Amino acid sequence: MTEITPELVRHLAGLARIEVSEAEVAQFASQLALIVDSVATVQAIANDDIKATSHPIAMSNVFREDVVTPSLTQTQALSGAPESDSGRFKVSAILDED
Amino acid sequence: MSILSKSASELASMLAKKEISSVELTKAQLGNIDKLNPKINSYLTVTHELALSQAKQVDDLRAKGESLPALAGVPIAVKDNLATIGIATTAGSRILQGWVPPYDATVVKKILANRMPILGKTNLDEFAMGSSTENSAYGPSLNPWDLTRTPGGSGGGSSSAVASMQAPLAIGSDTGGSIRFPAAVTGTVGVKPTYGAVSRYGLIALGSSLDQIGPVTRNVMDAAMLQDAIAGHDAMDATSLPESLGSMTEAAKNDSVKGLRIGIIKELTGEGFQAGVSEKFNEALELLVAAGAEVVEVSCPSFQYAIAAYYLIQPAEASSNLARFDSVRFGLRVMPEGAATVEKVMSATREAGFGQEVKRRIMLGTYALSSGYYDAYYGSAQKVRTLIQADLAKAFEKADVLVSPTAPTTAFKLGEKQEDPLAMYLNDIATIPANLAGIPGMSLPVGLAKEDNLPVGAQFLAPAREDARLYKVGAVLEKLLETKWSKKMMDFAPELQVS
Amino acid sequence: MAKDQLMDYQKALEAYEVVIGLEVHVELNTKTKMFCGCANVFGDEPNTNVCPNCLGFPGAMPAVNGKAIENSIKIGLALDCQIAATGRFARKNYFYPDLAKNFQTSQYDEPIAFEGKIDIEVPSGKVFTVEIERAHMEEDAGKLTHVGGSTGRIQGAEYSLVDFNRAGVPLVEIVTKPIYGAGDEAPELAAAYVRSIREIVKNLGVSDARMERGNVRCDANVSIRPKGEAKLGTRTETKNVNSLRSIEKAVKYEIQRQAHLLSQGVPIIQETRHWHEDRGATSSGRPKSDADDYRYFPEPDLVPIQPSKEWIEQIRATLPEKPAIRRKRLMELWGFSELEFRDVVNSDLLDEIDETVKAGAKPQAARKWWTGEIARIANSEDKDITELSITPSQVASIAELVESGKLTDRLAREVLTGVLAGEGDPAAIVAARGLEVVSDDAALLAAIDKVLAEQPDVLEKIREGKIQAAGAVIGAVMKAMAGSADAARVRELVIQRATES
Repeated sequence: MTEITPELVRHLAGLARIEVSEAEVAQFASQLALIVDSVATVQAIANDDIKATSHPIAMSNVFREDVVTPSLTQTQALSGAPESDSGRFKVSAILDED
Repeated sequence: MSILSKSASELASMLAKKEISSVELTKAQLGNIDKLNPKINSYLTVTHELALSQAKQVDDLRAKGESLPALAGVPIAVKDNLATIGIATTAGSRILQGWVPPYDATVVKKILANRMPILGKTNLDEFAMGSSTENSAYGPSLNPWDLTRTPGGSGGGSSSAVASMQAPLAIGSDTGGSIRFPAAVTGTVGVKPTYGAVSRYGLIALGSSLDQIGPVTRNVMDAAMLQDAIAGHDAMDATSLPESLGSMTEAAKNDSVKGLRIGIIKELTGEGFQAGVSEKFNEALELLVAAGAEVVEVSCPSFQYAIAAYYLIQPAEASSNLARFDSVRFGLRVMPEGAATVEKVMSATREAGFGQEVKRRIMLGTYALSSGYYDAYYGSAQKVRTLIQADLAKAFEKADVLVSPTAPTTAFKLGEKQEDPLAMYLNDIATIPANLAGIPGMSLPVGLAKEDNLPVGAQFLAPAREDARLYKVGAVLEKLLETKWSKKMMDFAPELQVS
Repeated sequence: MAKDQLMDYQKALEAYEVVIGLEVHVELNTKTKMFCGCANVFGDEPNTNVCPNCLGFPGAMPAVNGKAIENSIKIGLALDCQIAATGRFARKNYFYPDLAKNFQTSQYDEPIAFEGKIDIEVPSGKVFTVEIERAHMEEDAGKLTHVGGSTGRIQGAEYSLVDFNRAGVPLVEIVTKPIYGAGDEAPELAAAYVRSIREIVKNLGVSDARMERGNVRCDANVSIRPKGEAKLGTRTETKNVNSLRSIEKAVKYEIQRQAHLLSQGVPIIQETRHWHEDRGATSSGRPKSDADDYRYFPEPDLVPIQPSKEWIEQIRATLPEKPAIRRKRLMELWGFSELEFRDVVNSDLLDEIDETVKAGAKPQAARKWWTGEIARIANSEDKDITELSITPSQVASIAELVESGKLTDRLAREVLTGVLAGEGDPAAIVAARGLEVVSDDAALLAAIDKVLAEQPDVLEKIREGKIQAAGAVIGAVMKAMAGSADAARVRELVIQRATES
């Protein structure tokens, strides 16, 4: 049985920026464990000789010309913004400095 | 026969001959929506004025003698995960409630260029995650064949709309069967084209390497005409095929299956399938054999890992695709209690805005990609994909098309599969391989299962870029079945009691 | 905030070995962004060069800028890198308000270029071979402005505003392998390396390379270990080093800070630090933690890049001369001493002088003007030389006017200030201000005679052999003619007068 601990669930929820209550943590832990166990079967067949396929239809070298195309207007860009100020998207104070 | 039951190709012909106007047709359509939608919940947004004004424009152009595209004036429904300027686009989620995009998806642009009035946006499982529309934040859609059952998902809104004459046809999206499964359980036709045949620009992404947009219709010719209208290379989608795949409309005029080699996929038959489903499926094959096709058995052993691989790749890609829903630039913003940092606002917003299934899959996907687990999960799943493509390539050496029942069962009851998250996933067992491999697939109705008198769908698969083969065999089978029944599939549908 | 304690630099270098690693981000000057056709332009109104792609709207998809690929290959070739047969884009997943999609489309294990090297000369003359690990393509984030705090920085801000004009601008990230053995020259090496990268990308024409505009950004990794210790020390990454001077100072600071801590038995925390130019110090940022699990996976919306050998060779053929070779050639051509040349390079004036010489000036004159008067003026106005409004061709004109005797040095400097003030070209200013050297002997003699009339004994003294007596006359004449006389000619004429009478 895969080890999906409450701690792991909290960690994943943190990485995914989704708040989870303690009750949810327990529930997600058991559900995810079930699912992970079932999908882990892929390991049985996926050995080192097999290449991974990330794109179902093989293509390469798709580029565009370096030519300017019309942008949205500032109004359009901000049309869905929950909050904006002086033409910019407004967000609460940032905790994490980068 | 009511105008509402006519096929899109018939309507197109009538419009061209001016036997009916687009405004009349659209009005009738909207009238039926107003009558049925409150019960069936196919549509999340109905665009009465827009549709009528678009219809009027077409009529005016036609009156002037302008040459118009084939489907001009035929109204259409659009799945609500496609961006439409000026029309709310929710992806069935609370987090996008009321979001009005400032741009059109490429397929929407094509629909408009083909002058098809847009009736509205149809319901779906939230972010297309699900097989029943029960994950929609706006309530499930109901199956017109039995209102206690679901119309499949994620595109249950489109399938129920088309099956209940609330639209002649619709566009949907298919990531693991979201067009084909609803088609099977509502007695309609659903096609997932080759990956890249239709531009994904403007489709709210679920699994980027799996998603494809396709037609939801009542017959094969309609699907062909619609695929022709929406397919084509798009510079905005780097994964769109550079070349055209030819005319599906021409392919759907095919009348012979002599010498066609049909491969039955061993792993998609037998015990896991409802008896009545298998019965109808086999009867359909017998018809094709009698008409000159050959049946061979093929085996794709890697299919036993398909669901597992899918439920790693799709959540992984989704976890990344859905990261943009963060309260900053659009959509819901929830202010938590106390000192709100932007991180807290993001987390509170996503907690409130996403449903349980979405959260589950995001966490699963995050896990599958995380440091130390990538190789075992996502990495391994991408290898299974390689194997599935290899198995299919081998199978296509022996057969021109492959076939299976589209789904293991007929439509299930609302609430039936809510307890166990895995139970819902198993609906996709036959449809998932096509998405993993990028090959095209079609589901068409082949009758009613004897146990419950509910629609059964048969799925055809073709090699990548050979979508035309689906329309060729689909057209013939449809004719054979309609001849056998002396009626169309929809004629079997019970009278809808919605008052 | 407590002030860091620093170990004496020389002492630190005696006890510890320094290892540095440099990550330089180069902003490309393509017309459009990396993954969409929005204009790549600085300074426009916020959120006006944006589209569903760079705003991360639902349903948007990236489209790769072919020019950016070409430019990235150019950079790779200029750094002697191998160009990938298959390069792939990858998603780097993390949440931040300036990251529209909350993932950055970048490159992970299949970068466009890898395994290169570049020779870097430090001020002492020593040459280090810096190995390049990789150069890869990625997109820039939007711009955050923090409002409400006292410093305009994040801490204490009430809220922040985001402008996505810069989001999606093409970046090439160049990563060195760990650099060993730089010893006490590590700070200089770091700065010299970045200077070279700047020079390269500027010469390639792929970037405006202005550090003050953020076209070239450097993150400096520093770790130290006790001499003789095999195990590498814990490294810190210092960001926000916005000038070559800052890079040097920041590296030096980190060495001293880490040395002090280690000497006290305090372990170094692996973290991101910020450089503060005003304080001349680094400060602690986020600790590098699990939260930095970026969950890289291949970008499904973009297909691999497989540059053909033909294309790569085509690009290689367009490469300008390598900076090191160019420098050698110019030094010989101009006849500068090594010291003079190094001075030019360290002042970042190589291109200016080259242009000035091409416009007709003598090399030494060009050098004199740029590293002398013009640099002095820039310094006094606290500006970067590039911000002054003067062109190499204007400098060449001034040099020519002096060379031909039409201007004295002093007058030339006046013309220079006129050009900088926007009065026009040198010739126009000379005419407008009437600055041309008076070379008309008659005018000079008139002025000389006037002064001599007031100092009659000067001629006598000169005849007696006291030539230096002429000095007083020359001075007076120069004053009377407001400096527009050629002092040397005045002197000749005074002496001539002496011999005449």
